[in-house]
Amino acid sequence: MSSLTELSATEIGALLRSRGASVIEVAQAFASKEDTVGAFITRSAPDSEACARAQVMIDAGEGSALTGVPIALKDNISTRGLLTTCASRILSNYIPPYNAMVVDKLESQGLISLGKTNLDEFAFGASTETSAYHVTRNPWDLERSPGGSSGGSAAAVAAHLSPVALGSDTGGSIRQPASLCGIVGYKPTYGRVSRYGLVAFASSLDQIGPFGRSVEDCAHLAAVISGHDHHDATSLPTDPISARDLKTGSLKGKRIAIPSELFDDSAEPGVLASVDSAIQALKGEGVEFVPVSIPEITVGVTTYYIIAPAEASSNLARFDGVRFGPRESGDGHVNVVAETRGKLFGKEVRTRIVVGTYVLSAGYYDAYYLRAQQVRGKMAAKFEQVLSTCDAILSPTSPCVAFKIGELEGDPLALKLLDYCTIPANMGGFPAISLPCGLSDGLPVGLQLLGGISRDEDLLQLAYSVEQCLGVKITPPKM
Amino acid sequence: MANYVLSVGMEVHAELLTESKMFCRCQVAFGGEPNSRVCPVCLGLPGALPVPNKHAIELVMKTALALNCTIARDSVFHRKNYFYPDLPKGYQISQYGETNPIGYHGWIDIPTEGGKTKRIKIARVHLEEDTGKLMHLPGGGSGVDLNRAGVPLMEIVTAFPPDIESPEEAKEYGERLRQLLVYLGVCDGKMEEGSMRAEPNPSVRPEGSETYGVKTELKNLGSFRSVFGGVEFERNRQIAVLEEGGEVYQETRGWNEDTQASYVMRVKESENDYRYFPCPDLMPMHFDDAMIERVRATIGELPIAKWQRYQSEFGLSEYDAGVLTAERPWAEFFEACVREGADPKAACNWMNSDFARLLNETGQSVVAHEGRTLSRVTPKHIAELTTLIANGTINGKIGKQVFGDMFESGHMPKAIVEAAGLTQVSDTGQVDTWAAEVCAENPDVIEKYRNGQTNVIGFLVGQLMKKSQGRANPQLAQEAIRKALGE
Ligand SMILES: [Zn+2]
Repeated sequence: MSSLTELSATEIGALLRSRGASVIEVAQAFASKEDTVGAFITRSAPDSEACARAQVMIDAGEGSALTGVPIALKDNISTRGLLTTCASRILSNYIPPYNAMVVDKLESQGLISLGKTNLDEFAFGASTETSAYHVTRNPWDLERSPGGSSGGSAAAVAAHLSPVALGSDTGGSIRQPASLCGIVGYKPTYGRVSRYGLVAFASSLDQIGPFGRSVEDCAHLAAVISGHDHHDATSLPTDPISARDLKTGSLKGKRIAIPSELFDDSAEPGVLASVDSAIQALKGEGVEFVPVSIPEITVGVTTYYIIAPAEASSNLARFDGVRFGPRESGDGHVNVVAETRGKLFGKEVRTRIVVGTYVLSAGYYDAYYLRAQQVRGKMAAKFEQVLSTCDAILSPTSPCVAFKIGELEGDPLALKLLDYCTIPANMGGFPAISLPCGLSDGLPVGLQLLGGISRDEDLLQLAYSVEQCLGVKITPPKM
Repeated sequence: MANYVLSVGMEVHAELLTESKMFCRCQVAFGGEPNSRVCPVCLGLPGALPVPNKHAIELVMKTALALNCTIARDSVFHRKNYFYPDLPKGYQISQYGETNPIGYHGWIDIPTEGGKTKRIKIARVHLEEDTGKLMHLPGGGSGVDLNRAGVPLMEIVTAFPPDIESPEEAKEYGERLRQLLVYLGVCDGKMEEGSMRAEPNPSVRPEGSETYGVKTELKNLGSFRSVFGGVEFERNRQIAVLEEGGEVYQETRGWNEDTQASYVMRVKESENDYRYFPCPDLMPMHFDDAMIERVRATIGELPIAKWQRYQSEFGLSEYDAGVLTAERPWAEFFEACVREGADPKAACNWMNSDFARLLNETGQSVVAHEGRTLSRVTPKHIAELTTLIANGTINGKIGKQVFGDMFESGHMPKAIVEAAGLTQVSDTGQVDTWAAEVCAENPDVIEKYRNGQTNVIGFLVGQLMKKSQGRANPQLAQEAIRKALGE
């Protein structure tokens, strides 16, 4: 049975449709694998009814590419009747009474949930170390971090505990762990996937997206979860992302911009070397690389660390112990709230709430939040400008390969700089994807492609062509 | 004692008459089991997102237009951040800024003594969501009912410096605003149910002083009578404090209806920092000419305009026009009567006297609402009745009888008159015969008349009317009696 877990999601879908295996069989093959990396917070046995429903769809010839395929969900995506903790003690007993829109869509397409994966508490982090429950390990080296904040989902897919997974990406939280775990991670255009039911971190930056071991898997999953949703006022009035023309693209004549600011010496030499060899390979296929300069990139991290905490400080105000979650005791409402939040939020969350509260305060708002929004606008405009003449912008996904667990603990600034290459996509709402391009010191290196707003299909098609050209198929050594 | 000048700023909150809440689809209603009209959005559950109610936005725009406001072309919702147990998300979605609210820089005219009007400037009309309600639980402790949380709430704030300078003006402003909101169909105006809430901010300063005094904020005012009482009490209290050399504190004060006195609810120690910022879950709104004009077209004639027109066009008195225009359905009924051919003055008299009295006595109304049943009397009835009187078919006295009948049965006046043979008798021969009979039957009264008591004519005319069962033409009856007496 173990061979089932070696298959990609697309292959599993095809196998199910050809009756080579049953839905329950596949789900159990994944569910029975030992979680040696600590990918999951809640691992649930495959729901037999859900499996039966998917099987009926397949047997009736109504299944689509991923019907019956198992999936893992980041634990900040609301699941009706299933614990949703955000890796925080403040939600240690919270069972949502409703499904996130993406969960309803997964269910209607017959995907099978394997459970909820670990993350940095409320997705604040890039290492999955701030989880209030446990650390998640990188399948490539158990001493190392899978990255974050969607580290659990990335590790689950890399360790073949699930063929695909969903994460959320606010400043790189899908792409960076995908890069560090040697898989594909894709953040769609802001608004193409409903945020309804995703526990908000920074509402104007958050976006749900897929993890897979191939671009094709991610494209099929994106097709399932995307589309306009009238429950989300920021949802774009566009059709679901289509995977139809994924394989019909060509690299010849494609123009790809390479911003000098994303190739500076703050990145590890091994990472730069790996990305560079990918560039050379693509040149050989007729891709034209256009060197550009986008100076706003250098203030991206600073800007991000004003906007994201500001929105987070407000988004997290609802965790007061009044209506859900555990409640600490205190004298009067104010003290109950203070005790609950003081004791049950972790240090990183409290830090960001304090920062966010500060930058929104009267007298500081103009200097910080308003200014940051203006810079954000400028940065997005500059990216738009580059994308008006280029098909995509290419860079490393992460300036480094997977770091050791605890290595960056005393260096919060270094941890924040990990998002340097990924933040611009969130600032402008652009779609961006990370795919493996090689190894450095035996650890995976990711390459990021960023595309134009709502041109997700073009980006996926390009990423597929790049993936085919590079031919990088990497699997963790012990798997 | 120095002379003091009172200044009153007013904040009015009005719950909008929408089917559903501001950012979710839960029903808007009054009462019911606590937490029976809630969903993930208005409960503030993690991950739930707000989607704005377009109808509520239109109602606020409609009000803003009726209040002569400038309509913001670009308007956003902000988050107002603070912790309170009745506020599920830890922030209220509201609108901040001087020119960001849907409407700003408007005014309303209120009547003052001597038939004059006074213009009250309005700073802003904005849209926000209501909070929940805290309640004490029977077994001790407290709970929160979130049925009200997320109900669309419009806030109307007067401009600074305030134009309102007396308790009377504060009350008049509130009443006129209420009338307008009910007229527009944007709010039911029920202060007792809290769907409309007025919070005056009175302050006093010595006459001639340029600087405004410290204001207090009055809450819990259940009626405009209380607005009057509260403002008057605060004015007197603040003057007394200042006269004793004391200091007025910026505080929120409640109003005790029983003792007719205000009391301290909260002292404002420092200005709250609400950390307003544009709500990232909602897209900025843009209002174009087409939308503004579409909303403007739904306003119709406002009460003050109707009130003026009824006087100039129909020659009604200030008072009568005021009664007719007080409530929109009543004014619309009146206009329908006129359209059906009723004489305006006659229709007005019937409506404001017999009709209003009968409706009250029977708990009926010209529109079926709030448990009142719809009256059978339609504008057609009134028009036909006034015509029957105007063309002499029946007299006014029979008219009253017919009105009572048609109110009860719903039959048309003409049919009632014909069936009961109530047609006025204007045949002089018949009336003269009745006059002769009356004189013959009342020799003692005739005797009195002969002795100079001419006032007995009224009695004799009354007897004639009685004999005719009210049908005699009153004018002819008068003449016939006089003729019979040899005048
Ligand atoms: Zn609701």
